[in-house]
Amino acid sequence: MQQLDMKVIDEILERHNYDKSMIIAIMQDVQEVYRYLPQEALEHIAAKIGMSESDLFGVATFYGNFSLDAKGKYVLKVCRGTACHVRKSADVLQALQEATGLSEKKSISDDGLFTIEIVSCLGACGLSPVVMVNDTVHATMTPEKAKDLVADLREEA
Amino acid sequence: MRQRLASLSEFRALQQACMAAREAEKRKILVCCGTGCVAGGNLNVYQALKDRMDALGVACEVALNDNHGGDAIGLKKSGCHGFCEKGPLVRIEPEGWLYTKVSVDDVDEIIQKTILGGEFIDRLGYQGKDGVCKRQEDIPFYKLQTRRVLEHCGHIDAESVEEYLSIGGYEALTKALFELSGDEVIKEVSDSGLRGRGGAGFPTGKKWAQVAAHTEEPVKYIVCNGDEGDPGAFMDRSCMEGDPHKVIEGMIIAGVATGSTEGVIYVRAEYPMAVKRLKIAMEQAAELGILGDDILGSGKSFHLRISKGAGAFVCGEGSAMTASIEGHRGMPRTKPPRSVDKGLFEKPTCLNNVETFANVPDIIKKGAEWFRSVGTEGSSGTKAFALTGNVNNTGLIEVPMGTTMREVVFDIGGGIKNDKEFKAVQIGGPSGGCLTKDHLDLPLDFDSLKSVGAIIGSGGLVVMDESSCMVNIAQFFMNFICEESCGKCTPCREGTTRMNDILTRITQGNGRMDDIGQLKKLARMIQKSSLCGLGKTAPNPVLSTLQNFEDEYVEHIRDKRCRCGVCKDLAQFVITDKCIGCTKCARNCPVGAITGTVRQKHTIDTSKCIKCGACKANCPVGAIKEG
Repeated sequence: MQQLDMKVIDEILERHNYDKSMIIAIMQDVQEVYRYLPQEALEHIAAKIGMSESDLFGVATFYGNFSLDAKGKYVLKVCRGTACHVRKSADVLQALQEATGLSEKKSISDDGLFTIEIVSCLGACGLSPVVMVNDTVHATMTPEKAKDLVADLREEA
Repeated sequence: MRQRLASLSEFRALQQACMAAREAEKRKILVCCGTGCVAGGNLNVYQALKDRMDALGVACEVALNDNHGGDAIGLKKSGCHGFCEKGPLVRIEPEGWLYTKVSVDDVDEIIQKTILGGEFIDRLGYQGKDGVCKRQEDIPFYKLQTRRVLEHCGHIDAESVEEYLSIGGYEALTKALFELSGDEVIKEVSDSGLRGRGGAGFPTGKKWAQVAAHTEEPVKYIVCNGDEGDPGAFMDRSCMEGDPHKVIEGMIIAGVATGSTEGVIYVRAEYPMAVKRLKIAMEQAAELGILGDDILGSGKSFHLRISKGAGAFVCGEGSAMTASIEGHRGMPRTKPPRSVDKGLFEKPTCLNNVETFANVPDIIKKGAEWFRSVGTEGSSGTKAFALTGNVNNTGLIEVPMGTTMREVVFDIGGGIKNDKEFKAVQIGGPSGGCLTKDHLDLPLDFDSLKSVGAIIGSGGLVVMDESSCMVNIAQFFMNFICEESCGKCTPCREGTTRMNDILTRITQGNGRMDDIGQLKKLARMIQKSSLCGLGKTAPNPVLSTLQNFEDEYVEHIRDKRCRCGVCKDLAQFVITDKCIGCTKCARNCPVGAITGTVRQKHTIDTSKCIKCGACKANCPVGAIKEG
């Protein structure tokens, strides 16, 4: 477990005035820093804004974008929306899984570089199938391009 | 920092200055910076254009008020031009030329030939059936559209309030502030016949009137639904990215008309660029005194903030969305009370979709009559659609309500990719249905679609060719709903899971003949007893595919066959007459399922075949088919 700097979290809470109704924005900011929601961070937030840990946990687990598990340096979001589906995004997903050694159960690659997430639609349907790496959209993917992408990212890291 | 505008006359002065500046900017390069073209590398094209022009000493204006004088060339990052298939796109004004598939390597030629020489580069133009189309408006994809909501999307710098003012932006707001009463604004919207563009088609004016009627409440909310969660839809994203001020203007007008001073835009987290552009637009509007207290000295106020979604499809449902904004799990609640009476933080709330708000400024500016001049009797105005899937021209389009599917798919969309056969269009996302060849001449409007078991939804149109398996599509949507069901009510949580189990079983070759009856029974139960709209409409994709493609279900169940070769477990490899008898497949088959003599057509024993695909991969003439 990495040691968390609670000061960072306190700053985020401060920015949102310790407002319970801003809990989603608070967790988004925390996740922006750590790329996931560490348990200690959630416990700290619950105590500071006067929300029960179970309520907070309930909100955190409800939304697909929040992750309670650590993520790789590169989060490969594979779009499995309708438009991507009919243009064979399943094959792209499979190629990415093979190239990174990840599976549905394995969420972070051994080298700590990759996490694959399946998302329902990135709204870039005109360019389907698409894969989003961190905030960059990669358009009209094929299994070959997917393998190249992983290789390129490995080199970059 | 912009000067705060304290009165209508100060607004007019700035408006005049912006219009004059736009008038003076004759030569303009509009680089599409929608999500699609940015992914294609258009930000690099923009930077390269800027660098080269600077190096050549060609004066260029990035912002309207750069004031280089009349000869400068305007270089703008615009919103989505819509023709994503041909991106990255660059538009050249005043000619209105459109360059497609532009890359950094084309930049020098564009500057030398087009910008300095005034010459069109054929190579970068759109290749139509009868040669190159120079002007954007002449390309069939655009020619057949009626762009109202998207009118300026792609034609102005989306990050500049001055550009928005220069095309008459916020003019409608001044009318709502200084000329019309709240009731008159609502009457205009009611008379226009505008119906909610988010899917259900509720009359917007009626909703506004219900919120306005709560005069006893000091705090009321205007909420904009930018949680465009339907897979296959991106109209709202393009609208927020390409013309964010228009959405904001629509919301302020709604606020002024209904007496609400607080607004929230709920945007999906998957749309970072929309969030960024909206934030910029809100800051600029606040600087000018268009947002905040005492708007343009009118004494009226409107405060706006963005609430970012966190990835839950159900939050597109009104009461789930307000729960999410309040910081709870985004689950719908029973109605009544409806959100117009008790919505966000228990206050009367006017909740409309992005496109609905974006329609408002023009209705106030040009009048209800103008708005009704296109569309049908029951569905006036236009509708934006995201045209995707196996169609030649994917992209963002806007057509009058009542345009037929045929016009959209074949005339604007340019027909099916790779000359394949049209099979179906999925409309309305997970709540919608699949329409077939028989529906091609059906007008696209709220009521016609409802009559055939589909809905307009938010406007995603996914075109499917003959290689799309309809059982697989139905399973795909049911799987989506299963994962996105919030779990609050049993019919949706358990019912969709059961339907998904059955559909999965069918696609794996383990279906039973009574499964079809089971599916229909479950579907009716879910429709009747689910709590929210998401659950009530969840069975639609299954019901509409059953209605139109029941034979495919039967084939999957009885013959264990998927004619499209999509369901991998049912895949059968067949050797066609193309076979030259080279024996390569037989030699590569790991289980010896292929037999035949040299130079004669071979055959596969399907009972031995393990569907590994080695034969297909090794065939030198492509004689082996899956299906």
